[in-house]
Amino acid sequence: MKLALGPLLYYWEKQTVETFYQQALTSEADIIYLGETVCSKRRELKTRDWINLAKQLADAKKEVVLSSMALLEAPSEIKILRQICENGLFKVEANDLGAVQILAENKVPFVCGPAINCYNASVIKLLINKGMQRWVMPVELSRDWLIKILAECTQLGIREQFEVELFAHGHIPLAYSARCFTARSENKAKDDCKLCCIKYPVGRPATTQEDQQVFVLNGIQTQSGYCYNLLNDVPSMQGLVDIIRVSPSGTESFTSLQDYRAAVNGTGSPIQLASKECNGFWHKIAGFQTQQ
Amino acid sequence: MELLCPAGSLPALKTAIDGGADAVYIGLKDDTNARHFAGLNFNDKKMDQGAQYVRDHNKKLHVAINTFAHPGGEKRWFNAVDKCADLGANAAIIADIATLDYAVNKHPDLELHLSVQASATNTEAIKFYQENFNVQRVVLPRVLSLQQVKQLSRSTDMPLEVFAFGSLCIMAEGRCYLSSYFTGESPNTVGACSPAKYVRYQKTENGLETRLNDILIDRYKADDKAGYPTLCKGKFNVEGNLYHAIEEPTSLNTLSMLPALMEANICAVKIEGRQRSPAYVEQITRVWREAIDSYRANPAAYRVKESWDRVLANVSEGTQTTLGAYHRDWQ
Repeated sequence: MKLALGPLLYYWEKQTVETFYQQALTSEADIIYLGETVCSKRRELKTRDWINLAKQLADAKKEVVLSSMALLEAPSEIKILRQICENGLFKVEANDLGAVQILAENKVPFVCGPAINCYNASVIKLLINKGMQRWVMPVELSRDWLIKILAECTQLGIREQFEVELFAHGHIPLAYSARCFTARSENKAKDDCKLCCIKYPVGRPATTQEDQQVFVLNGIQTQSGYCYNLLNDVPSMQGLVDIIRVSPSGTESFTSLQDYRAAVNGTGSPIQLASKECNGFWHKIAGFQTQQ
Repeated sequence: MELLCPAGSLPALKTAIDGGADAVYIGLKDDTNARHFAGLNFNDKKMDQGAQYVRDHNKKLHVAINTFAHPGGEKRWFNAVDKCADLGANAAIIADIATLDYAVNKHPDLELHLSVQASATNTEAIKFYQENFNVQRVVLPRVLSLQQVKQLSRSTDMPLEVFAFGSLCIMAEGRCYLSSYFTGESPNTVGACSPAKYVRYQKTENGLETRLNDILIDRYKADDKAGYPTLCKGKFNVEGNLYHAIEEPTSLNTLSMLPALMEANICAVKIEGRQRSPAYVEQITRVWREAIDSYRANPAAYRVKESWDRVLANVSEGTQTTLGAYHRDWQ
């Protein structure tokens, strides 16, 4: 099993991003996803900067994939999407079928990201025909669902034609909206957001009136209140998952990658999940819950 | 412009047609549609009766098959498509790529509409569905501003349908996993958001509490009307501020935007609410019929009548309405 560092879902200053990826050079990540997937107004790094960063990481023998936006609404966003899809060097993670359309037209191989609704083997087959090489399972699906899909892929004779990646660690991207919830939390309109999400490097937590953390607000994206942690579940991924994704939250993500490396190598030991961690989706129960 | 109304039952279907709907949309009694609620939707017999009623009145019938086929269960979705074709329905509203692929190959004459659950918000995504599955209409997610709807309409030859009234889903539809995060069940997987079996209303000394799978969604004072605990419409704390962090309990109402939608060449306005009563369907249908006819009779003189707004507010969530994402300031 390989390890991947997913795309940065939060909005950080350019310097912070660059320092973070300098550290990623020597991290346990085999694959690094780069790019803005949440909001097109976040332009600390422009497409050109991401591609330059990608080249540096590729020189250090990391596999680099350029990630693209999940919610594409404006022609200007499609223009940037085209630049990414036509970069000529790196594979692209499509997070909308608009990206799949452009990538297929250009015959660029791609990763099907978690924001694309691929729930069965027939869809996988169709996407393979469009150039998909790797599939990141939708976050709400379970191990049980994955087993069934892969069994069907075997029947269809396509099991060997793609890799399976699993979003395994981090606050889970659960929804995308027209509304910016971070701006709303500051009583600002989206058009006048002043890019305020840069003040919240791991998003803004939202809790119930009983202090249960239910969401993390990250611009137009709503994330899980609890942090997904499938470290104990690595053995149950054997034969199903090729790549484990850790979603960046800061330097602790590099420690998480080390932990997953140990788990993959069989040298780690089981942990007790913290109170704000969960593993429900993988175990086919409510996402926020934890199966011990 | 087609007025497309919801029908969760045969009485609702008849009411919609009698009230002036140009078309109605229905779902089967299983998890192949996104309103898979107990006591709702159509079995084979009712579907035949409904189709006959629609035909007799020279109106149109659309069948929603808008959840995502489960591995090993694809047959259920494909059977739904077969039924829709056998019924002689005018269109199937589909979200899942596998189901679209089956439909276009097996029933090339069946008109396919792309469900809002497929979340196509841009020209390239629309092209994907057009080229691969000969989709002939796209239902736009409720995440676009009016400006973006107009822009999209100008840049594609695809007929576009928009949501005009009803419960307001504020996330890009089909890409929201909040419900499964809270309950393990989502619109995509079981055809329901915030399913009723997880809902609890509880009187406490703090007031009436509404819970979803035991998670506190909201708390109401004695004289407040408690809403259904849809998880995105709850009151939550963000660093000391208690408010509707995602959205207030409110309904979408675009009556005031009707001229703009007409001018933007929108081919159909859809009313949400297959889960609502025939009485709801009747009231909404009559108001929208009158509004569309009044615009057609004299576009320049079109005004939203107070009586229309009153009727709509009465049947709205939290008795308030909004233009939602269509109005840029809402975002």
